[in-house]
Amino acid sequence: MFPLPKNKVKIIKSLCKGCGYCIEFCPKNVFERSTELNEKGVTLPEIVRGDECISCGLCVMLCPDFAITMEENPDE
Amino acid sequence: MTEQIDYYLEDYLRMDRLPHIWCAGCGLGIILKSYVQALYELEYDLDKIVTVSGIGCAGRASGYVNTDAFHTTHGRALPFATGISTSNTDIKPVVISGDGDLFAIGGNHLIHAARRNINMLVICSNNFNYGMTGAQYGPTTPRDMRTPTSPYGNIENPFNLVSLVSSAGATMVSRWTVFHVNQLKNSIKKGLTKNGFSFIEVLSPCTTGYGRLNKMSPIDMMRDLRDTCKIRKVHPTEATIEPGKEVIIGDFVDIEKPTYADVLDQLTRRSTE
Amino acid sequence: MSETIPTGKHFVHGDWACAEGAIAAGCGYFAAYPITPATEISEHIASRFPQLGRRFVQFEDEIGAIASVIGASFSGMKAMTATSGPGISLMLENIGLAVMTEVPCVIVNVMRGGPSTGQPTMGAQADVMQCRWGAHGDVEIIALAPQSVQECFDLTVHAFNLSEEYRTPVFLLSDANIGHMFEKLEIPAADEIEIVNRKKPQVFPPDYKPYEADESMVPPMACFGEGYRFYSTGLTHNEMGYPDMSVETQDKLVRRLCDKIRRNKKKINMTEETMTEDCDVLVVTYGVTARSAASAVQMARREGIKAGLLRLITLWPFPDWKIEELADNVKGVVVPEMNYGQLVREVERSVKPTPVEFIPKLGENPPSPDEILERIRRLAK
Repeated sequence: MFPLPKNKVKIIKSLCKGCGYCIEFCPKNVFERSTELNEKGVTLPEIVRGDECISCGLCVMLCPDFAITMEENPDE
Repeated sequence: MTEQIDYYLEDYLRMDRLPHIWCAGCGLGIILKSYVQALYELEYDLDKIVTVSGIGCAGRASGYVNTDAFHTTHGRALPFATGISTSNTDIKPVVISGDGDLFAIGGNHLIHAARRNINMLVICSNNFNYGMTGAQYGPTTPRDMRTPTSPYGNIENPFNLVSLVSSAGATMVSRWTVFHVNQLKNSIKKGLTKNGFSFIEVLSPCTTGYGRLNKMSPIDMMRDLRDTCKIRKVHPTEATIEPGKEVIIGDFVDIEKPTYADVLDQLTRRSTE
Repeated sequence: MSETIPTGKHFVHGDWACAEGAIAAGCGYFAAYPITPATEISEHIASRFPQLGRRFVQFEDEIGAIASVIGASFSGMKAMTATSGPGISLMLENIGLAVMTEVPCVIVNVMRGGPSTGQPTMGAQADVMQCRWGAHGDVEIIALAPQSVQECFDLTVHAFNLSEEYRTPVFLLSDANIGHMFEKLEIPAADEIEIVNRKKPQVFPPDYKPYEADESMVPPMACFGEGYRFYSTGLTHNEMGYPDMSVETQDKLVRRLCDKIRRNKKKINMTEETMTEDCDVLVVTYGVTARSAASAVQMARREGIKAGLLRLITLWPFPDWKIEELADNVKGVVVPEMNYGQLVREVERSVKPTPVEFIPKLGENPPSPDEILERIRRLAK
């Protein structure tokens, strides 16, 4: 069995549709709405409290657009 | 597309078809995600899966999964899957379709597939309306809800899907929501490994249709799923969905019975004795 | 009876012969809903298939039956369903899907009187246009019409072969008269029965494009579970099978789906000619009505009238070129049919300006030889 990929959360900007679920439901409030738009004009979320992330994977699972993933944290 | 997409489920999805067609906040993306996550965690042999869907928003789900996949006609995903399941018993058909497809136009096939105990997993996205055609009321729309074809409030009684499928003979029946995403994923894993007719109802927000018409934002609808759904062990007949009341989610049925393929094999032995 | 192909002579009805034809053709999956006068096909399959380890499912309705047949065919089985007019009415949407997604299957229509419930136990030939034009959109279809119990067997095998070769649904248009008629059937030895199988892909799965066709216009067919992981949809699709709503893709796809039949119409089509070389009056007909017509033509010849018979074995694609050619040298054409005017319109458009006499027959039996003879005499004058 694979765990969810660990550690650093990453937004795939081109796939985001801006529903805001990551901002609303992250238990550590890692995300906030930014002012940046993607090529489709979607107002993107941004990672503002990345250090607080506990790698629970909820944002990855809840994102309806396959737009959040996690990468190995190079610092660890 | 300028950005190189590096996604850990890229072997499980048709990445060249993303982004998908669904609206911002639509629960179908989460259902699809839970399905491919379940396949990934089980290391399921993707050559032994056929993803089958009917028509409507949910019908598009089959087109994003990197398995054999068949986008069929409205309401008929289950008989297509029955033909697949009975002619090649190595294959597990997984049907992803909507409440209207499976319970209105396709309702007859659903009860008969459950009765026969065809080995397949049915994931039913229940968004309480016909999303693709513009949010008309359907067989699961709660009483009094407003839709374009029920502008004064819905006068019809909705089905209780888990009760209906249980009484038709399904060997696994569960209800989750797209908010309860880990439980949903685990339920899909169970259904994928179960030998028999497994049914998972997934309560899912239709953000642009039903949500907008009833003055709920995507976030409101997700909060609603979080706050009104309670995991309880009750008889499926008690698990009705009524506005303003607690919605019971969880596992309702988990039994073992010979599948249709099993009894067909027995029939072959009986006929040659 | 436990052998796969019961070679030898049998005294049986047309539905029985049709079921044995399916077995001989290698049909591995059969699904149907009981309906008069096609039920005997299901009954015979239900007794034979389990012994052979093949799959018979009696469905909750005809819609489910044809859907499962398509699913089974996509899973690598040869598959068939059998019904009558009302059942075909229910199946048409999914028959369109089989055309669009190019899934081989055989659909037997043991025709009965209509419209609606009509005359369930009595024959008719009134579904020939339903079969041609019933599914929505631009559809080309192949349909064969047996005139005897022997042909119920032979043409069922041939229907499978055509459906496999062209990746398309093929109709067998039998009727209650032939389905319930007992006569001699001779089943050939297994090695004398020609079997055609679908063309398989010759590329590795990552290179496979499920709807990319060569000049034959028929794409090689991968099946579920073989590792190709392809996607198939009833939506307009490109060569990858992906939905594509562009005008160009719609144009290209619909043309190919139709042209793979149209351009091969002379190869697909089968007719039988009797005394047409020198005829003054040509009778054009098909199915059970051809038996009456054959008698009428012989009776006319005994009277010194040069009559000839063109029997259509393949109704669709329609042999307009053949009829046009034969009609060039005749005084008139007689078209007897068990309906109120269907295939006669196709004949009329093919033979203009040669006069056409239509003999409609509604209810149970084909027009009698005497009725046909009378029209032959009239046109011969």
